[in-house]
Amino acid sequence: MTQPLLEVRNLKKHFPLRTTFFGGAQGVVHAVDGVSFSIAKGETLALVGESGCGKSTVGRAILRLFDITSGEVLIEGRRIDDLTAGQLRPLRRRVQVVFQDPFSSLNPRMRVRDILAEPIRNFGLAASDAELDKKIADLIEIVRLPGDSAGRWPHEFSGGQRQRIGIARALAAAPDLIICDEAVSALDVSVKAQIVNLLQDLQRQLGLALLFISHDLAIVEHMTHRVAVMYLGRIVEMGPKQAIFATPRHPYTKALLSAVPVPDPEAPRNRTILKGDVPSPINPPPGCHFHTRCPVAMARCRIETPVLRDHEPDHSVACHLYDAPTVGSVDG
Amino acid sequence: MALLEVENLQTHFRTPSGINRAVDGVSFSVNAGETLAIVGESGCGKSVTAMSILRLIPEPPGKIAGSIRLNGRDLLNASAREMRAIRGNDISMIFQEPMTSLNPVLTIGRQLTETIRQHARLGAKAATDRAMEMLQLVGIPEPGRRLAEYRHQLSGGMRQRIMIAIALACDPKVLIADEPTTALDVTIQAQILDLMRDLKARTGAAVVLITHDLGVVAEVAERVMVMYAGRKVEEAGVGDLFRSARHPYTKGLLGAVPKLGASLAGADTRLVEIPGLVPSLKNRIAGCVFADRCASVTNVCRSVAPALELKAAGHLVACHHARREVAAA
Amino acid sequence: MTITASLPAAITARDHYAAAPDLPDIHLPVRVRGGVAGFVFRQPTVALGLFILAIMLVLAVFAPWFGTLDPTALAPAKRTRPPSMDFWFGTDAFGRDVYSRVIYGARVSLVVGFAVAFFASAIGLLIGLVSGYVRAFDSTIMRAMDGLMSIPPILLAVALMALTRASVQNVILAITIAEIPRVSRLVRGVVLSLREQPYVDAAIAAGTTTPMIIKRHILPNTLAPLTVQATYICGSAMIVESILSFIGAGTPPMIPSWGNIMADGRALWQVKPYIIFFPAVFLSLTVLAVNLLGDGLRDALDPRMAKRL
Repeated sequence: MTQPLLEVRNLKKHFPLRTTFFGGAQGVVHAVDGVSFSIAKGETLALVGESGCGKSTVGRAILRLFDITSGEVLIEGRRIDDLTAGQLRPLRRRVQVVFQDPFSSLNPRMRVRDILAEPIRNFGLAASDAELDKKIADLIEIVRLPGDSAGRWPHEFSGGQRQRIGIARALAAAPDLIICDEAVSALDVSVKAQIVNLLQDLQRQLGLALLFISHDLAIVEHMTHRVAVMYLGRIVEMGPKQAIFATPRHPYTKALLSAVPVPDPEAPRNRTILKGDVPSPINPPPGCHFHTRCPVAMARCRIETPVLRDHEPDHSVACHLYDAPTVGSVDG
Repeated sequence: MALLEVENLQTHFRTPSGINRAVDGVSFSVNAGETLAIVGESGCGKSVTAMSILRLIPEPPGKIAGSIRLNGRDLLNASAREMRAIRGNDISMIFQEPMTSLNPVLTIGRQLTETIRQHARLGAKAATDRAMEMLQLVGIPEPGRRLAEYRHQLSGGMRQRIMIAIALACDPKVLIADEPTTALDVTIQAQILDLMRDLKARTGAAVVLITHDLGVVAEVAERVMVMYAGRKVEEAGVGDLFRSARHPYTKGLLGAVPKLGASLAGADTRLVEIPGLVPSLKNRIAGCVFADRCASVTNVCRSVAPALELKAAGHLVACHHARREVAAA
Repeated sequence: MTITASLPAAITARDHYAAAPDLPDIHLPVRVRGGVAGFVFRQPTVALGLFILAIMLVLAVFAPWFGTLDPTALAPAKRTRPPSMDFWFGTDAFGRDVYSRVIYGARVSLVVGFAVAFFASAIGLLIGLVSGYVRAFDSTIMRAMDGLMSIPPILLAVALMALTRASVQNVILAITIAEIPRVSRLVRGVVLSLREQPYVDAAIAAGTTTPMIIKRHILPNTLAPLTVQATYICGSAMIVESILSFIGAGTPPMIPSWGNIMADGRALWQVKPYIIFFPAVFLSLTVLAVNLLGDGLRDALDPRMAKRL
């Protein structure tokens, strides 16, 4: 097997809930609680789940926007989570990000040219000013912005155009992986389609890998190669999109898929409506985190945490329903 | 006569840089027990339409013209005092953000009973009983305990249930729901949509559902009206609209949304893009509002604003090039 | 039926296609004005504030050319004259021309106001940036600022003045120290919220170093709220200067300042109220102008910022 582009091993991130007067912490939010996955070159992995499941925290941890609690993040086999800020900086080029909100993700006091020049200059990707201008012009063209965009300010653009600027900034570093953190969620339907198409085209042209973090399952199904479903800080099911969307195994995945409203009034509806709300990540339930809402929970689920293991080749599930009666090798 | 009739509604805002024609000549009606969905993208005027019905538009800078009739009575001529009585009693509204629509310093019970007592002459005890009943109706477990709680103690889904309970507390004839599930997670959205369907069947209220999500429309609406740039471009029964949309904008919208399961067949599909941007509402648009983005635009579209015409049974379209399938009576 | 690609005119088109009924505009048309008139129309408060402030500036800078006499020249023969054609605002207990003193007094108020606004903003900005960006210093700095803030600015300035010799420089210094905590708290708050902005995260991912992030992404975005705050500080500094002078703890008595003129007229205010009246009117007008400017700037720069100030 070839080495994956990005590998995340048993990633944990706990946030202190509240600092006391003396700086100590009271309570801990288990935002990400042991997540492992890998992304190959040119592949899209979608991280799906409801708000508070920790999917965005995973993306921000890979970007090292904060220090992780434990676990490892590797790029082509090289650990990056234990590097100092100075050692990490040149490696940051390889992983870039596009955020959800097209308004707050661009500095309102920088022209488009300066926004795009920042990563190019930081990583020394242009030898001269002429080359820099050429690169910026190319980026503007590749994300299909108007030709005169470079000299304009972010507020002169619509939401969809701003998202294109954000994508151009990510591409400016010539990355191998782009983390799309709800990158199309805030956009209007017709604009969303434009950006989804653009991302797909860019991936094909440039061989980019995408970590597509989203709660919109229809868009995910349209975009992705593989899917990881998260619930309360853990991955409950992971596999190729065919497996997840056509034959979901985990009860949470099944409920999640059945809850998506289908834009077709004649589509058959057999819906599993989950009762109650997602429990708090401050005090997650013991055993399987999903047992409080699971329609098929067993006594064992309240005590024992299920392990994510292969159910079929490449399709892994963390659920006691699929535990083989005779336990085989855990790390398949 | 329909329960709620809106005719040639115009809501314009006067701004220093020009007149913003947020809603410009929109007509529709809703019958008792019916759900009408108003669909469109941000800035199309769907929320302003809803706010105009309740006269929640600040005047000035806003101004409303046209007529809005509830049971034949024109709400635009009602006094401020009469409007207060109509809001909550006859028409109530659910907003997108349940967090900001509940008062943080009052208990849920206090807010619910106050609404009930404002509109129905009930004693404190009777109002509390009614509040308990309402919470049970919207599927909140342990209603007695919840009545004593504050909004920060409730989850997003729970808050939206409370908002629905408050909206329904006085048996309104019309319920206006402005993006009621947009801020909620998909499993919670399914719960709330289920609840709304169930409640409508039980209370018989007319529902005006404002949303950008075509999936939600397909789930709960009976009739759909599509808005674009302050105008109504198409209206049809929900099945009809999804099966045979006639306005190029509606077709574009439907093509732009991926359907769950559609890409599993293997074929790499591409989403339909609507090129270009929504026109500025501050300039008067001479022809069709969609002309600049339309693939089948012709000269007439740029000079003549198309009238809303009946192109098939129960199917209104404002497009010069939409084919007519029934002879107009 | 197919539509020919080139329909000649709208008139013909109307015969073939159903047109929507023409709806009138329900508002009177808005005339979008450009230039100075447009600015006055859109920002009347800023325009008025700027206008008054400009007059005060011109009076202060060109004081000798506005028909003034030597503001310190004593004329015992012409004591306490009421306003007249010769002495527009009358004369004080030493026979000095109140009009000339008020016009020259604008110099002190404006210099103190602008200087305090500038220095307090600059130093407050520095402290706020450090506090907002360097976690290790944050609580220490902020507790110190809280301590300073617990003393009313006027008392603090009086106490500081008591330690030094009366001079305009020392007045500026004392008021600046009293104003710094407010600025640094504001800047720290803005910095803390800017740090959470996605564009700062994107810059970190783009390999930008921390000093560059502060320079490029944090600093420029603190300037708008800081400018607004600076105008309020300017107005408040003018008032504090006048109070200090009025109680004899500010500008030295030989320099005409509005506070000093009022202090001189204090003993006579029941019989000769004009000595106090005119400097008071000038002070109020100037502070009002500065605050109008601040309000207008705040609304123009960012309505959401209004809540933070």
